[in-house]
Amino acid sequence: MKYAVEPPRRTMIPVDYYIILSAILFTIGVLGVLIRRNALIIFMSIELMLNAANLAIVAFGSVIQNFSGQIFVFFVIAVAAAEVAVGLALIVEIFRTKKTIDVDQMSSMKG
Amino acid sequence: MTLDLVLFLVLALVAVASALGMLFSRNAVYAALYLVLNFVTVAVFYLLLSAPFIAMAQVTVYAGAIMVLFLFVIMLLGSDALPKSQVLPWQKPLAIVMSVLLAAEAAYLLVTKARPAGDVLPPTELVNTTENLRQLGNALFTDYLLPFEVVSILLLVAMVGAIVLTKKEKGARQ
Repeated sequence: MKYAVEPPRRTMIPVDYYIILSAILFTIGVLGVLIRRNALIIFMSIELMLNAANLAIVAFGSVIQNFSGQIFVFFVIAVAAAEVAVGLALIVEIFRTKKTIDVDQMSSMKG
Repeated sequence: MTLDLVLFLVLALVAVASALGMLFSRNAVYAALYLVLNFVTVAVFYLLLSAPFIAMAQVTVYAGAIMVLFLFVIMLLGSDALPKSQVLPWQKPLAIVMSVLLAAEAAYLLVTKARPAGDVLPPTELVNTTENLRQLGNALFTDYLLPFEVVSILLLVAMVGAIVLTKKEKGARQ
C-alpha cells in the first residue's frame, strides 16, 4: 500500500513480535495434536496452526507493503473452509461406524 | 510504552491464554468457544496490521461458519467428554518436551537467523476507507484470477464430498 502522504509518526511494533506470537500459537497447535485424543479437538488444533501461519503471512505482507500476503491468506481461509467441511464429514462417518471419536480407538483399517 | 504496544501485548496475552484454554479444557464445547475467542483476537491483529478485509473474512468464515460447524458436529455426536484411558503413558510428557524444544528452536532461529527487516506500520486513516478492499479486489481479479477460479471449484468439490460422505446410502445394510 502506497501512502499519498507520509502517515503521522506513531509507534511501530517490530514484526518480530508478531512472528514470535505466531510461533507460540503454532506450537500450542502442535501440542494439541500430540496430546489430545479427541478427534474434534485435534482438528481444532490444526485450525489453530493454520491461523498462526496466516498471522505470520499478513505480518510479513504488512512489512513489505504488498497485497500478495493478504490474498494468500484469503485463499488459505477458503481452503480451510473446504477442509473443515470434508474433515467433519469424515469424523461423523467414523463416529457412525466405530461409535467413538477417540483416535486411540481408530487403530485398525478394517472399518 | 505506547498505546499500540500495550494493545498488542494485551491481545497477545488473550490469544495465547485462549489457545491454552482450548488445549486443556476437557469439554469439547468449551474448547470450541475458546477457539472462537482466539480467532476474534487474531482478527483484531489483522486490523492492527492494516488488513481490514482479512479481519472481516476471519470473523465471518472462521469464527462464524467454521466454528458453528464444529459446534454443530460436537452436539450431533454428543460425545463431548472422553473417558480416561492411557494407552501410551509416556506420550504426554514426551509431547510436551518436544513442543518446548520446537518453540525454543523456532524462537532462536527467528530472532537470530531469519530476523525480518522492518517494522509494522500502525494503521492509518486509509484503513477506514474502501481503499484496501478496492486494491484487494483489483489484484484478486487480475493477477490472481486463476487461483480464484480453482478455489471456487475446490469449494464445490468439498461441498459435494461432504454431502456424499454423510448421506445415508439407500438400502444400505444396517
